[in-house]
Amino acid sequence: MSSEQILIVLATAIASATPLVFAVIGETISERAGVINLSAEGTIMFCAMVGFAAALATGSVWLGFIAAAVVGALIALIVAFNAITLRQSQIAVGFVLALLFSDLSSFLGVPIVRIPGPTVPAFPLPLLSELPIVGRLLFSSDVVVYASYVLIVLTWVFFYRTRAGLTLRAIGEQPNAAFARGADVVRLRYLYTLIGGALMGIAGAAFSLDFKAGWSFRHTGGYGWIALAIVIFGGWNPLRAAFGAYLFGVLQSLASVAQDQFQGVPTQVLNVAPFALMIVFLVFTSAGWLDRLLMHAPAKVRRRVLQALHTAPPAALGKPFVQD
Amino acid sequence: MAVASAPQAHPLAAAYRLVAVVAALVLLMGLVLLVGESPTAVFSALIGGAFGTADQIGRVVNTLTVLLLCSAGLVFTFNAGLYNLGVEGQVTMGAIATTFTLRLLGDVLPAPLAIALSIAAGALGGVGWGLLAGVLKVYGRVSEIFAGLGLNFIAQGAAIYLVFGPWKRPGVASTSGTEPFGEHLWLGTFGRTEATPVGVALALASLLFTIVVMQRTYFGLRLRAVGHNPRAADILGVSSSRHLLGAFALCGVLAGVGGALQVVGNYHRLIPTISGGLGFLGLLVVMLAGFNALFVLPIAFFFSALNVGSLQLPLVLQRVDSSLSGVIQGVLVLAALIGRGLAQRRAGGTA
Repeated sequence: MSSEQILIVLATAIASATPLVFAVIGETISERAGVINLSAEGTIMFCAMVGFAAALATGSVWLGFIAAAVVGALIALIVAFNAITLRQSQIAVGFVLALLFSDLSSFLGVPIVRIPGPTVPAFPLPLLSELPIVGRLLFSSDVVVYASYVLIVLTWVFFYRTRAGLTLRAIGEQPNAAFARGADVVRLRYLYTLIGGALMGIAGAAFSLDFKAGWSFRHTGGYGWIALAIVIFGGWNPLRAAFGAYLFGVLQSLASVAQDQFQGVPTQVLNVAPFALMIVFLVFTSAGWLDRLLMHAPAKVRRRVLQALHTAPPAALGKPFVQD
Repeated sequence: MAVASAPQAHPLAAAYRLVAVVAALVLLMGLVLLVGESPTAVFSALIGGAFGTADQIGRVVNTLTVLLLCSAGLVFTFNAGLYNLGVEGQVTMGAIATTFTLRLLGDVLPAPLAIALSIAAGALGGVGWGLLAGVLKVYGRVSEIFAGLGLNFIAQGAAIYLVFGPWKRPGVASTSGTEPFGEHLWLGTFGRTEATPVGVALALASLLFTIVVMQRTYFGLRLRAVGHNPRAADILGVSSSRHLLGAFALCGVLAGVGGALQVVGNYHRLIPTISGGLGFLGLLVVMLAGFNALFVLPIAFFFSALNVGSLQLPLVLQRVDSSLSGVIQGVLVLAALIGRGLAQRRAGGTA
């Protein structure tokens, strides 16, 4: 591959990863507070439809994004009510919502299938886009992409450098201890689940108004499931989750390049391959086998690798909060 | 991440369930009105689409057989406390194994023997894929939810690869699937409909088997014990890992046979979306049934009728998409979950 080709692959990867970045950061926030929002597949797909429809109706892409965020938060509200107030299984309600809103996007989206609509305008950042290589790679796209960079950094700072972020992590790890120290666990879990849902809604709009502009039947199929997997891959850390999203973007981008190189392999297979690969990688890194494999490595290497790959989920993830 | 316990009988439960169903119906009518169609027109189109002709009834029966097999299998995994989202992949792998066997033996052995062997191969394909998720869960500590989703993507990739690659129709490869098998390799049918007696027999037998195992055997009892509290079960001498693997294997067998029926009874070839979403739909059926095998048959029948009936909708009423069936199914299950949660909250019990 020439350096020009590599640059194209990376640029495509960043573009295709951007919606996923919003989704994985949203899910990470929600799960860090202790609530799994398994509805991602349905939320992203439905909000992609809603965002596009709203932008089409109003002529403003930004109103499209706002509509998608609001609807994403409303779907998350159903999850939160079931999980936090009714203390029901988060998996059950999330799974039902994933299927329900996927189908609802097809049902309500009929009038806007394959209609041309507004898209986010390109906006190369002055000066920064002039930089060699990085300028073309990072700073020559649009506001949505730049917003995703800011979101990653802000979320990391919030998690690890602010008091509120500490509380957020505490209610997902030790809700009773956090409660004893004055945190309103129920209210905060609602808040972060809704914020997470709004970000997933934005992820949907980032598909239909930017990366894969427009709406068609099951437009974002598969991306919700992959976002959930990437959150685990990212060890519930916003930086690593974003890295996972970009890695997935690179896989997809390489798959589209490979279509020219391997004529024998049907394109349809290459389209599914990144999804399968990503999950295989997740399974491999989270499985206990890695420990056994690393037993033979020098202690220093072992510690490093385990630190990099091994993470535990928030201790209270998926469990309803019952005051001691 | 334990599965919520089955609904406990208490006085308020029935009232809440009724309110939930009514709320769901009102919501659905609102959605139909929103797209500019009358609920009664949609209702009669659905009934007509499902039961209008013998052909359509046959299709409902065929869908039902596969859905029953998946649901029966999922009763085991749900009761063992597992969210077996890999069931879709197990159906797909069953269908692939069946197609492979029929391609290999279809013209060598007498047709009935080849068909029987191919269904057995489907069961093997399903059980292999189910056990893979089980091994990842039990020995690799990978959540069955994500192992299952990953295995679904791989199974789907395999089906797509085979349809567009090695098994493509001479000349053209397309989403319509592989070259159809000769009619001698199709399962016999009731009269001129598509419904197959063998499929019906297999589905009913599997459901009966599931009910008997869950309600009349120690294995069923121990499976429930593992589902409620694996650690306690281990302490009392019930090996949780063996029972979890057993549940994955049983579900895999039944889902694999479901996949086999999709090939020998429904499509007569392999298509990329061979599972037809019936595995995921089985998860909804069993959730709505409160994990109780006794309620599976009526719910699965209703859902199958919706699936087949909705296919006609866009032809009869332009503004209504066939995805309405999935919307109805999802809203009903969601309402049931919320209704159950509200009842438990009122009763002061914990989930």
